[in-house]
Amino acid sequence: MFAYVVRRLGSAIPTLFIVVTVAFFMMRVAPGGPFDREKQLPPEIEANILKVYNLDKPLHQQYFDYIGNIIQGDFGPSFKYLDFTVTDLILAGFPVSLRLGLAAILIAVVFGVTAGTIAALKQNSTFDYMVMGLAMTGIAIPNFVMAPLLALVFGVYLSWLPVAGWNDGALQNQILPVITLALPQIAYISRLTRGSMVETMHSNFIRTARAKGLAEKIVVVRHALKGGLLPVISYLGPATAAVITGSVVIEAIFDVPGIGRYFVTGALNRDYPVVMGVVIFYAVLIIGLNLVVDLIYGFLDPRVKVE
Amino acid sequence: MLLDVQNLTTRFYTHDGEVCAVSDVNFSIEPGECLGIVGESGSGKTQVFMSIMGLLAKNGQAEGKAYFNGKQILGLNPAELNKLRGVEFSMIFQDPMTSLNPYLRISRQMTEVLMEHRGMGEEDATKASIDMLDLVGIPESRKRIGMYPHEFSGGMRQRVMIAMALLCQPKLLIADEPTTALDVTVQAQILELLARLGRELNMATVMITHDLGVIAGLSDRVVVMYGGRIVEQATVHQVFNDPQHPYTRGLLDSMPRLDDPGSDKLYTIAGQPPNLQNLPSGCSFAPRCEFVMEKCWTDRPELAEIGSGRMKACYLEKM
Repeated sequence: MFAYVVRRLGSAIPTLFIVVTVAFFMMRVAPGGPFDREKQLPPEIEANILKVYNLDKPLHQQYFDYIGNIIQGDFGPSFKYLDFTVTDLILAGFPVSLRLGLAAILIAVVFGVTAGTIAALKQNSTFDYMVMGLAMTGIAIPNFVMAPLLALVFGVYLSWLPVAGWNDGALQNQILPVITLALPQIAYISRLTRGSMVETMHSNFIRTARAKGLAEKIVVVRHALKGGLLPVISYLGPATAAVITGSVVIEAIFDVPGIGRYFVTGALNRDYPVVMGVVIFYAVLIIGLNLVVDLIYGFLDPRVKVE
Repeated sequence: MLLDVQNLTTRFYTHDGEVCAVSDVNFSIEPGECLGIVGESGSGKTQVFMSIMGLLAKNGQAEGKAYFNGKQILGLNPAELNKLRGVEFSMIFQDPMTSLNPYLRISRQMTEVLMEHRGMGEEDATKASIDMLDLVGIPESRKRIGMYPHEFSGGMRQRVMIAMALLCQPKLLIADEPTTALDVTVQAQILELLARLGRELNMATVMITHDLGVIAGLSDRVVVMYGGRIVEQATVHQVFNDPQHPYTRGLLDSMPRLDDPGSDKLYTIAGQPPNLQNLPSGCSFAPRCEFVMEKCWTDRPELAEIGSGRMKACYLEKM
């Protein structure tokens, strides 16, 4: 298994290289630059600034310099947040996004799997239709609608929770962002669980378990859940990566100082190193989490050999 | 009588209407005997036993009575039924590849039966399970019990299924096409095993199959089903030497024979099995029958005694 992990990590290098390359040139293709202002700068000053940040060199030279730097772990300075390196910004924002994201994904798994399993066991019942209807709504409503709606109801009308703000991570400030992050995931996971559990419950080995005279609880928990949850496990890799790197919209609406915020402002400001840094960070997370998912998969499904 | 089935009718309620899979079936099984149930796909042979086992799909509904050792078991709630399923009677299925849980070790799948029904501890249950694997002829049972189903061949998996079904020493084993998914050479081994176990454990067996050859060397009596009904019931000897129902004879004639090299063309029964959603008012075999008479189209022949303990549902006196 150790050899497998090493091999997987090795094969991640070309993937990351492609991600870096594509992101680098796409950023540069976008019109505008980090130091464009409405008021034109005097040409000498602009030339000076570009020189300081090595932006006056030919593009391929900049690219090779950048690759050289990131191999040494240097992601460069931010063009906008003076005195901050990209690493500083990511290290400052990530713990916040991680905390919200983990809470959201945990809630999503607990509620999604429970609702999906019950819906599957009571297939075509009122409960089933209710859960699936709600889930469809949850998937369909975009978070930029859900977030202000929740803030309006729980923050303004009911005054139970703060409308926005971080307040050094006080619990009541975390609740609405976490719920907003979790809702679409609950919806998606419950649908995924239901579909897969319905299929598993119709499989031959469930019929065998029933023929053995096992109690329904054992049939479901021991025989059906393990296979029924495999699709959910595969979904959890990318979903966790997406949720813990911070939702751009949610962090903006609730004014949460997470990593997603830097990504948006970085992209708008053409803050090349910040955007590149976040992209690489995101790619590494996805690769890492997919590896974790595959290891769990090998553990759950004996037919999958992790070697 | 070990099992006495009376007026069993099984219906499925589908989007396209009601499907009558089993119609008014009556038969019984004596302790220790081997009963063969023969018929084509869709003849209702499997659904008879799914009804008795309480394993019908959710849209299925069984009516009638089934007495096991005198106790009515048809339509019992799952909790009551679980005291009998896997204990007093067991069932094994057609496809050993998918009938075992791929995510659990064989040990888990076997010991849970004994722990649930016999209240055994893990250690005793494992010991008993290993003994059972030995009985069904799994080599190196001590090692193999810790493996997963995908590490076994098809024939070995069916042996595991049989071992699992026999753990609580049931009085009746229902085998639903146990050899259909297996290689021909393995088929013979599994049939031999079932015959031997039936004898040694004094256990009644039901062999559900579409293949008369499977039944020939194994069963004492044969029930032939067509369109959800029993059309003939006789001893194996009678069925093979003197079939009385045109459908039974058709089945026999459709078997490829090694001892008759003269015929190079295989006989087939013309036509299709009946549509169970819309069964005819007369005999459901009439459209395919070589001997069809006027009244066959309007009045269904009832299953009736025709002497020497055999029964048939046909107007024809002599073929």
